[in-house]
Amino acid sequence: MEARRDIFQAIADPTRRAILTLVALQAMTPGAIAGSFDSSRQTISKHIQILTECQLLEQELSGREIYYHINAKKMKEVADFIEPFRKLWDQRFNKLESIMKKYKSK
Amino acid sequence: MELRTKVTAEDGKQDLTITREFDLPVELLFKAHEDTEIVEQWMGTKVLKLDNKKGGSFQFETTDPKGNKHRFNGVIHEFDRNQKITRTFEFENTPFGVQLEFLQFQRITEDTCKLTIHSIFQSGTHRDQMLQMPFRQGLNMAHNRLEEILKNLK
Repeated sequence: MEARRDIFQAIADPTRRAILTLVALQAMTPGAIAGSFDSSRQTISKHIQILTECQLLEQELSGREIYYHINAKKMKEVADFIEPFRKLWDQRFNKLESIMKKYKSK
Repeated sequence: MELRTKVTAEDGKQDLTITREFDLPVELLFKAHEDTEIVEQWMGTKVLKLDNKKGGSFQFETTDPKGNKHRFNGVIHEFDRNQKITRTFEFENTPFGVQLEFLQFQRITEDTCKLTIHSIFQSGTHRDQMLQMPFRQGLNMAHNRLEEILKNLK
């Protein structure tokens, strides 16, 4: 479950979603990915690292170059849709709890 | 870490269950479902009507970031203080249909309690559409493209 939460944090970021969109079309080297953005290479590299850690991106060695491609299986897991629904209710209930704690101490 | 709010929705079924334990006496959890002003605060919605009794009805209205208004309504079938609420729930002008909701309030200790919401939909498809809504909204806000890719992966 922990790993699954990470995936949603990963795709919550617009730059990381843009990277996924890009790489979904074709496998790309880190340099080519960074070249598509205005951000520094270091920033993009950090985003790629996060996406790789939660297995949305996979590395493939081709000659001396590393290529990143999308992990379709993991992306499907994201597509099971329940986590955002759960989060919505979790946030509502957290709010309820904090409101009623204050109410209690009144 | 154990998740405090859990959602169970088995594949192919037409119901879902939400459970949550609170660091609150059950009386306060129930009050948060009964008091108009408190409901407005935690649900982030305007309460147009909330008539807490058997045969009573409710209507809520939310305004999204674009300023569009969305209404929900339902009829209350059972209202047992600090124990249970049975009601229908309908998201107006959507294809989700009417749900039947059983809210069960359980005392665990003096200061802790548990809420179980069991929702039954007209069909599994209706349920899945409702479940998917927050996911779709999240994506639509910043990036429509990824959703297209997800569709193609199916």
